[in-house]
Amino acid sequence: MSVLRPLDKLPGLNTATILLVGTEDDLLQQLADAMLKEDCTSELKVHLAKSLPLPASVDRPRIDLIVFVVNLHSRHSLRNVEESLHHVDATFFLGKVSFLATGAGRESHCSIHRNTVVKLAHTYRSPLLFCDLEIEDFRATMAQRLVRTLQICAGHVPGVSALTLLSLLQSSENPSLEDL
Amino acid sequence: MRREPAGDVGRAKEMDETVSEFFRRTILKIPMTEMMTILKTWNFLSENQLQTVNFRQRKESLVQDLVLLCEENRASLNDAALLDIIYTQFHRHQKVWDVFQMSKGPGEDIDLFDMEQFKSSFKKILKRALKNVTVSFRDAEENAVWIRIAWGTQYRKPNQYKPAYVVYYSQTPYAFTSSSQLKSNLPLLGQTFETHNSTTPLQERSLGLDINMDSRIIHENKTEKERVQRVTQEIFGDYPQPRLEFAQYKLETKFKSDLNGGILTEREEPLRCLVKFSSPHLLEALKSLAPAGIADAPLSPLLTCIPNKGMNYFKIRDK
Repeated sequence: MSVLRPLDKLPGLNTATILLVGTEDDLLQQLADAMLKEDCTSELKVHLAKSLPLPASVDRPRIDLIVFVVNLHSRHSLRNVEESLHHVDATFFLGKVSFLATGAGRESHCSIHRNTVVKLAHTYRSPLLFCDLEIEDFRATMAQRLVRTLQICAGHVPGVSALTLLSLLQSSENPSLEDL
Repeated sequence: MRREPAGDVGRAKEMDETVSEFFRRTILKIPMTEMMTILKTWNFLSENQLQTVNFRQRKESLVQDLVLLCEENRASLNDAALLDIIYTQFHRHQKVWDVFQMSKGPGEDIDLFDMEQFKSSFKKILKRALKNVTVSFRDAEENAVWIRIAWGTQYRKPNQYKPAYVVYYSQTPYAFTSSSQLKSNLPLLGQTFETHNSTTPLQERSLGLDINMDSRIIHENKTEKERVQRVTQEIFGDYPQPRLEFAQYKLETKFKSDLNGGILTEREEPLRCLVKFSSPHLLEALKSLAPAGIADAPLSPLLTCIPNKGMNYFKIRDK
């Protein structure tokens, strides 16, 4: 069973590679386009995959960040992500995986409850982002955020690692009432 | 000096009152936003004439002015029918269309199609069969002709307000019909059509893959994407799908399960279920399911058989 490992390849010079995994190709494509529009000192590469495991035939660089895209309108997309997660090595979940849920804006079309993805992300100790990828402005903002995250995961930002970022995000999540 | 007889109405109206009324009702149907476009397409009233009309006044008064202009131009029933065809062409989506496929008998030769000959013989045949009928034609794109037929009876003049439309694509065996009345006149229409068939094969059009040219984006599942596109093209073809708005599936089957026993397996009555798909363009939506990643390719034959079988109501029962 082929499994993605974060450090099984040498990094490319100044290269940062993100892997977007999701069933809806159009949305992934649009997000990829939006990311590549961003000004970035690193050389960006975006890989799009419907599911994992990835085909062995493709030659690919080291993957720095995986984003699993779930469309809240489609249980099929959630199932696809759940099955793909089995093909990712545990060490990836130290800050190099994120979940992205799209479609929350159109609640009447949602067949997956918000909490389902919240629980999924919590199980894998990874951040969950909500963004309606169909809306250009939201998509552009998300693209910006993903580019910054990708640069950190690729080690291009001095002083900040994927793990640092992860612990920063987790401590600010869901502050309890006593803390406020 | 000649004294005019009292009570003379002046210049006698050239236009029949029914035709005048038909004009009035037809023009009144046209929404104000489309008025100029449709009148220009009709091209019966000149630029100058249209300029003399105040398009900002109340619609009823505007229509009256336009009808007067039509009378000045000695407009005929045929001109009115033409306007009606144009209105319908603009509002074709508001009508329900049936499609008929003509088939050639065995051993029949393929005729060369002549549009003018077709129109004249079509009209002749209908007029011979029914005394009172109005037939009008308007050519349209892609070798198509729109035919408007107002039906009457042996003793009654044609009813201009319930016409039937036939759109015939001359290079194909297909004709589309729409009728505001009972379909009793359809067999006659069918007979009126001479069989025409096309010998020119449909032009090959390759379905180009819309893969992003940016080399920084790599599709990991490129072969799978190509397979899905290929399968979709094999099933649905290259051209736009016929416009269908819904499909309905009625399921009546007994419960089947691998597990032995259980309440449902013992049930004698079949389970009933109704699934209805509706969409402004159902077949295009189905065609886009697999490429969009929402469904696997190939789609269930229950969905893809709709154009082939010409059915959109299905009953699924146990064999």
